[in-house]
This record gives sequence, C-alpha cells and structure tokens, in this order.
Amino acid sequence: MSQGGIGCPAELRIGDSMVESGGEARVSTGVVFDLRKFSVRDGPGIRTAVFLKGCPLDCPWCHNPEGHDPGPAILKRPERCIACLSCLRACPLGIDPRLVAGTSACDACPDFGSCARACPSESLQTVGEMRDLAWVMDAIRKDRPFYDESGGGVTFTGGEPLARPGFLTALLDACRVEGIHTAIETSGFASRAVMLDIARRCDLLLYDLKTAEATRGRELTGIDYSICLDNLAAVVRARLEDKHYADIRVRIPLVPGANDSPEALGAMADFVASLAVLLPVDLLPYHGSAEGKYRLWNLNYRMAGTPEPDSAALDAAIAVFSSRGIAAGKEG
Amino acid sequence: MGTMMNDRVKRLRDESFETKPSFSAERALLSTEFYKEWEGRVSTPVLRAMNFRYLCAKKTIYIGSGELIVGERGPRPRAVSSFPELTCHSEEDLRILDSRPMTSYRVDEADIEIYRNTVIPYWRGRSMRDRAFAAIPEAWKLLYEAGAFTEFMEQRAPGHTSLDGKLYVKGLKGFRADIAQSRSALDWLGDPGALARDEELQAMDIACEGAIIFAERHAALADTMALTEGAPSRRAELARIAEVCRRVPAEAPRDFHEAIQMYWFAHLGTITELNGWDAMSPGHLDQHLGPFYARGLADGSLDRTKAKELLSCFWIKVNNTPAPPKVGVTALESGTYNDFTNINLGGLDSDGNDASNEVSYMALEILDELQLLQPQANVQLSAKTPERLLEAAGRVIRRGSGYPSLFNADELVGAMVKMGKSRVDALEGGSSGCIETGAFGKEAYLLHGYLNLPKVLELALNDGVDALSGTRIGLATGKPEDLATFEELYRAFERQLAHVVDLKIKVSNYLDRLFARDAPAPFLSVLIDDCIARGRDYYDGGARYNTDYIQCCGIGTVTDSLSAIATHVYGAATLNLKSLNAALEANWEGYEADRLRMSNKSPRFGNDDDRADDIAQRVFGTLLSTIDGRPSPRGVPGDMGTWRINILSTTCHVYFGLRTAASPDGRKAHLPISDGFSPAQGADRNGPTAVAKSLSKLDISRTGGSLLNQRFLPATLEGEGGIRNLSALVRTYFKLGGHHVQFNVVDTATLRKAQERPEDYRDLLVRVAGYSDYFVDLDRNHQEEIISRTAQEGF
Repeated sequence: MSQGGIGCPAELRIGDSMVESGGEARVSTGVVFDLRKFSVRDGPGIRTAVFLKGCPLDCPWCHNPEGHDPGPAILKRPERCIACLSCLRACPLGIDPRLVAGTSACDACPDFGSCARACPSESLQTVGEMRDLAWVMDAIRKDRPFYDESGGGVTFTGGEPLARPGFLTALLDACRVEGIHTAIETSGFASRAVMLDIARRCDLLLYDLKTAEATRGRELTGIDYSICLDNLAAVVRARLEDKHYADIRVRIPLVPGANDSPEALGAMADFVASLAVLLPVDLLPYHGSAEGKYRLWNLNYRMAGTPEPDSAALDAAIAVFSSRGIAAGKEG
Repeated sequence: MGTMMNDRVKRLRDESFETKPSFSAERALLSTEFYKEWEGRVSTPVLRAMNFRYLCAKKTIYIGSGELIVGERGPRPRAVSSFPELTCHSEEDLRILDSRPMTSYRVDEADIEIYRNTVIPYWRGRSMRDRAFAAIPEAWKLLYEAGAFTEFMEQRAPGHTSLDGKLYVKGLKGFRADIAQSRSALDWLGDPGALARDEELQAMDIACEGAIIFAERHAALADTMALTEGAPSRRAELARIAEVCRRVPAEAPRDFHEAIQMYWFAHLGTITELNGWDAMSPGHLDQHLGPFYARGLADGSLDRTKAKELLSCFWIKVNNTPAPPKVGVTALESGTYNDFTNINLGGLDSDGNDASNEVSYMALEILDELQLLQPQANVQLSAKTPERLLEAAGRVIRRGSGYPSLFNADELVGAMVKMGKSRVDALEGGSSGCIETGAFGKEAYLLHGYLNLPKVLELALNDGVDALSGTRIGLATGKPEDLATFEELYRAFERQLAHVVDLKIKVSNYLDRLFARDAPAPFLSVLIDDCIARGRDYYDGGARYNTDYIQCCGIGTVTDSLSAIATHVYGAATLNLKSLNAALEANWEGYEADRLRMSNKSPRFGNDDDRADDIAQRVFGTLLSTIDGRPSPRGVPGDMGTWRINILSTTCHVYFGLRTAASPDGRKAHLPISDGFSPAQGADRNGPTAVAKSLSKLDISRTGGSLLNQRFLPATLEGEGGIRNLSALVRTYFKLGGHHVQFNVVDTATLRKAQERPEDYRDLLVRVAGYSDYFVDLDRNHQEEIISRTAQEGF
C-alpha cells in the first residue's frame, strides 16, 4: 500500500469495467497479508485462512482495513520502537522509516520492506507480501492432516479474493488437484464470468450479503451493489443446474444502522427466499473490535460508538429468516 | 463447580478442600521406636517389612463422619507423614515448612518436640540422605548446586508406579500363598542368592500381614463407632464398612465398594511404606471397576448414583494425601501439594479393543464436579476410542481446570512393544505421574531427576564455567572466540552434555544401589510382577521390566537459542559469539536490539518451521545417543534395566530458569526455561496445528513420554463446533505420533498477566469475533473487552 492508508483505490472502484471483462488467465503471484492456521469459523472444520490483499468495497465496519489497499504496506507500531536505528541503516533511500515507512516516500524503494525486516522489535511490520503460488501452497499443505481429520480445508478471504481472479484461480486449481477443500469468502463483486468461473473451481462460497437493495448497497459499500446481488442469483441458478458449482452459504453482517431494520432484514430474507435454491444463512453480529486496528493504521473508524447487537436483536433477526423457512443461525 | 454432588460428597469434598495440609510426626516416632529396638536383629528386608507392620498396627486410625471409603496416610485427613529413615527434617526445616508462604504445612510444636527429643537424635547421620551425601563426588555437587540437574532420590524413594488388575481377582491371602510357594521353590543347593531371596520373600509375607492388620483395625473401629452411633442409616453404613474391611485386602473384592476399598488399602500401604515419587496410581481404574459396576447393576445391589458416590468418596481420599514435604530451606523444586496420582480412563483392553465403559464417564463427571487437585485423570485416546468419550472429556477440559490430559494410547502401546514389552503387558500399561509411560503392575520405571539443557548450552558457551557464579563446573570445551563454526559450538554442547549426564547417572546408579540394599519396599513388591516369582525387591530388579529416566527440560529454549546463534552469529554475522556472551553476561542490558533480533528474527521451535525443527531434532538425537540404552544397575543378569529419556519438566523449568543465565534466544536470566516438550513461552506464533506439527517431527516413541501444554480461551472451544475442532486437533496430533497434550483454558488472572508481560503470552489464542487472534496482538481496549466477556462466562 504505497499511499500509507486506506484511500480509495480508484482503479478498483470502476466495477463496471470488470463486469464486462471475462475470467482472467492464471497469475502465479499475489499479495498475501495474513495466513491463519486453525481458523475455525470460516467454513467447516479446521482451516487455513489465506488473506488476499485488495478490496474494491468500502464497508465502514470492515474488520480488515489493512486488506483494503492492494499493495504491500508497512505497519508502524511506535510504542515498540527502541530507537536502535536498524531501520535507518537498512533503508536503501536513506530516509527515516520511523517517520515515513509506508508513505508515498517509499514508492521509489527498490527493496520494499527492508526496513521492517531489519527492525528487531517488530515496530515496523510488513503487511502484505508478494507471494508466489508455491509459497502459498506450501503453507496450505502444512496443515493437510488437520483438514483431513476435521473435514476442513482452506478459505481464501481478504480483502476481496475475487479482485485477484488470476491468482485465486491458480490457487483453487492447485488445491483441487491435491484434493484440499476450498472456500472463498466474497462479496461477489466481480464480473459474471469471473464469479461463475471461480464458483466452478471451489467447493464452498461464503457469500457476504450486506443488503438486498442496490441503492442502499452503493451507499454502504461504494460500489454498484446490484452486481453482487445479481451474481448471487446467477451463481445459485448455476449451482441448481450443475452440481460442479460450489455449495453456497449466505453470510450477513448484522450492522446497526446499516441493515438491521426490520424492513432491511425482511428484504434480505425475501431476496434469499427468492433465489433458485434455499440457502442457509449465517448472521454475524457487528463487533467493534476492529476499532483498534483502525487506530493502529491511523484510519478514521466511521463506526465509532455503534452499539453491538444484543442477543435479543440477534434472535429477532434470525427469526426474520426462519419465518421464511430459511435455515438461519449465528456465526462468529 | 457442578451441582450433581450429594450432601455427603459435597461436605467431604469441602472438608478436604478447606483443610490445610499438616505435618505429622507419628510415623517418624513409630519408626524410630521400632528401629531402636529391631535394627541389627533381622535382615534389612525383614526389618523394613516389620517396620511397615508395626506402623499398620500402631498408627492412628481415622474414620470420618459420613465416610464410605476409609483409611488415611496420616492420623487425620490432609496430614502427611515423614520418613526419617530416608531423610530427616531439622527443627528449622519444620519451622520453615510451617511458615513459608507457598505450599506450607501446619506443624504443631508437639511434633517439633518429638523431632527434637527423639527423631533427630536417632536419625541424624543415619538417614539415607546423610549417608549418601557423604559419598557423593564434589563435581556432582557443583553441577547440582548450579541447577544443571536435580536428583529425585536424595529425599524420596524411587518413583512408584501404577497397579494392574490383579488386585481385583486376588487378595493378599492369595499373594501370601504365592510367596510361600516361591519360598518353597528356592534352590538352596545351587542358587547363591537363595538367602537374599528367602529374606525378601519373608519380608513380603510380613508386609501382607501388616496390610491385613491395618484393614482389620478399621473394621474394629467401625464396629465400635456403630455402637454409639445414633442414626440407623449411619449405623448400617458403619457395619458395611466393617464388613468391607474384613474382606479386603485379605480376600479379593466381591463388589464395587470392596473393589475401591481394595485399591485404597493397597495405595495407602505403598505410601505408608515409603515416600516414593509419584506416589501410586490405580492404572486403568475404569477398566478395573467396570465389571463390578456391571455386576452390581445386574444383580440390583448397585445403581449409578450409589456407584458415583463411592467413586467420589475415593476421589476425596486421594486428595487427602498431599505430597510429603522435602527438607531443605528453599524447596524450590517442589512447589506443589500434588502427589501425582493419575487415573487412566478409556484406552484399550487386553484384546486391543476400546475399553471405555460407564465408569469412564462417571469419572469424568466427578473430575468436573469436585474440582480437586488430586487425583488427576487422563484419557487414553486410541483411534478406537469412541468420539463420545473424547467429547465428554473435551467438555471438562473446556471448563478450564486443565484436566483431563489426553494421551495417545496407540502410540504408548507401540512404544512399549518397541521397548521390548509384551503386547499384553503394553496394553495394560498407560501413563502415570505426569506423563510417564509404563507397564502397569509389571514395571519399575524410576524417574531420577530433571536435566537443564539450556544450562548445558550455557556451559558450552562459557568454556565450562557457570555464567552465574563464575565457577568452573563443566569441561573446558573451548573459549567462545575459538568456536569458529556452528559445528564446533555444537560439539562443545555435546561434550558438556556427556559430562553432565555421566556424573548424573553415576550418582543415580549409586543411589539406586543404596535403596536396593538399605530401603527395600516389600509391600510394593507384592503388588508388582514378577517380584514374588523372582524373590527380588521392586528396587532390586524384581519387576518384569526395569527402566530409569532422566527428564530433559528446556528443549524449546535450547532449540531457539541454537537457532538464534545459527542465524545471527554464524549466519548473518550480526554479532560474534564473544559479543553474544558479553550481552548474555550483561543480562542483555544495553543490548536490547540484539536481544530482540535473536528473539524475533530467528526461526523458533513450535511453528512448523523446519529450520528450527531440524535443530530440535538434532538436540533430541543427541539426548538419545547420550542417554538412551545405557544399562542401569537394576535388573537380573541377562536382563538389566535401561536408561532412557523423557521430555518433561513439571514445575522444574521455573527452578532451572532461576539457576540459568540469560540465553541466546533472548530470554533474560532467572526467567523460566521452556516447559516440558512445549515451545518456549511465546515462541509459537502460528497456532496449535503448527505446534503439533513441529513436535511430531521428533520420534517421541523413543522416549518414556513428553508433555505438551496448550492454552486456549474458553470461547475458542465454544459450542459443539469448538468441541469437534478440539477433538480433530487432538486426533490429528496423535495420528502424527504425538504423545500427550493438555489444555489450559485460561482465566482472567492469566489474561491480566498477559497484559503485564505480553512477551510471555504470545501464544495465547483468543476468539475475537469471526476468527481467533493472539491476545497480545490486540489493543488494550479490545483486551479489556475480552476479559469482560470471559468473566461473563463465569471465569
């Protein structure tokens, strides 16, 4: 992330051009900003979650703001700095990384991240590194015995994994060859062709639904949300006709003020009920825990002060779905 | 705390929980009286057996109000005996015992007086410890004082063992018949050992008689109490107690109640006779009691409620026997009341099939409801163990007591067979003490002490000099500036290790022979095959299998230290060995960047990173080649015992840490070294699956056991999904060859400490929202939020 913060990556905002374009050729590298083993909430069993960097959406409740920007970034944690100047000595540009690491000053850096690698106290940390297919597959493969025992696998999340369809395609195909169960956690924001193509290559789509209403969707996420809604409908139809497409679960973040009104919930439930297959729905109550991350990254947390839904509100939301015959429950 | 306990169990449990452990001079006084009269008049084995019988006949008998299972080690619950014939407390020891802040024991002035007037004057200079220390070489004492190793047998008898199923089919009268037969078969014409065998067998017979007398005294007391008991229901119970105590241990038990009381008398006998490490364990208690339970249900004499009450009463009895306190002012090495009785649940039967039964589930419930220190329980988990048992165990684990621990039954059996045990004996074996593998009822597997691996590396880095004291305690293996390559440093480590281990084993062998000669254990010998058939004591090769263990500590710290040196000294050359030593000597003061670099920028054990795990494997291999397979002096000609390793520290990693200078992995002086087989505190940053993978790269079946601690927050294991994932995690670890794992599901206090010292808690996983994260990686507010959430869950 050369801009040093979560800006508005204009090149990814233009969703319409993506809709027109088809699936991309396989790409053998991508920016991975986290890799979590023993991930137990993103699909069945014990999983490894691979976080791909970059997301065209701009949801204010996002839990991974550092995953928004597509490029590698440097996180500064000044409270850990011991002023040893190792970073300064390592900087090829001869500037003080304690002040400027991760800003546009680093755009010219021939060895991005050298300051963080040299930092003994982890006061500077690289967030997001360019990784190749072999590196990610090695990491995924390490926990293979745990996937086999638990019925787990790998979940590609982000960021928006569909924003990097070339790399994602390569990863999904490599996993399929090895018989590793794959899930992707996605907003569905991609061209139809990419959506359908990816859905044939993975085993489970965890499809985030933020609203059933396209205009409201644009307000909340900053993109043409009708693409996400239409893609969901399309991929469900595809699944109905062809079992080679992935299973689908709908995941709804229950966000006060954004989508928790009875009308908004009812509309989402109606939308889910209208799909060609009756999908299961997991509700994820809003949680303010990401606020600390925003602070670390010097970002404005637009959700500050938002109350977390209590269990009564959650139960009521679940009931909206259950009353339409949808299998709904709490996740996360 | 569960709500399932009935009033009786709740009251007895609370009494046991609330009663402060106390010291009793009774056993010391009786033994002193006895020795004054008898020492020198009979052979040593007979003397020991007669002393035991004297104790059984004279010690205060206790039957508490409402008790169903009876018998105490001391004159009252939670009173602990002393063993002056092994080690004699001084007056000062007793006063410190009474007043020290941690693990103190109440000591009455009257008991101190008994020690001053009678016990100390007789035993000072005569006790095993006094005599042994006089003959121990100076080089050993230097290493011992420096904290390079500990020695179990300097204060306590060689570790006891677990029992098998023979007690439940044969009473002591039956054993006496076996003893008589063995005596009659002695070869006085051709066997030069016939006299020694005859004396030992005679001693075993006397010991059986002692245990029967002990039980009969309880029967008589119950009868007497019944005479004045007003409540008819209690009168009936007392009559039943009398009946049970007249039956067992003389005869085999007939029902569930008698079976439990049978074991308890056997247990009490062994811990009255001597103060062996790891007290005594019943082995596969659920398998032993299962048939009695089934029979009781079938004939209508028992129901589940009654059975559970009896088993709960037994549980409380074990908790009533805190560990005997050591002598010496600091007692740093033994900061626990736990005497390590460990019950095996589940596992495999003699045909290799799943052996779990309803008593297994009952025991898990009791473990959960009573929440007592002792006994511990573990689940022997096989691929054949039903998921239901593992899930039941998972629910108890999730409650946060850390129990039950889980062992890999398939690995244990395989390892024992590989060590030369018969498959049937291996199948009846399991885990006792902390994590030690043994063939129950047939093996003397003695723990001899902990070995401080980081201290050995410290010697290699300092040319054999103790960095804390400046004294030379090891070999001169080269000054740091002369160790030009990693291989030269590693060679120095190997040589220091060989030196330390040689001295350790020499003295352990010497102590082993002293115990065999001067402190035989005839009662324990009755219970362990093939002591009767061989006419030999448990401490002298009477057991079918004989094994001696050194418990290796700090494999995580030493691996990380070597990895940091390989990376930064011999690899990137950011500092040389001499300046590293200067940093270590300064306890990293003024070298914080180097310390953090060594700590944060080196591959570390526990992350499924071959760069570190290869070093761990190499250290493990060095330990095996230095220790494993050396003959021990205990056994019979042609079938001698063997020295082996296990990977275990109990609480000794804290003591060893105090005695160890700063280490190259960034650890500061005096802080704990890594515990058991676990990665160094905070070194594992990639979650439990990576830890399991790292550990499974070492062939643990070549050890007598290894201990892995894993910490979780309750929320991580929440719901049925949490239990299933825990189950899958453990089953996978065991399929990969893991030996043991226990889970600490942490409380608020720990989280507070994690806030104060985050570097020690890097591996603490917390569930955040839709995912898990490391607690210390969260900002303060979020930490506070998690703490409040946890508290709401009742922690």
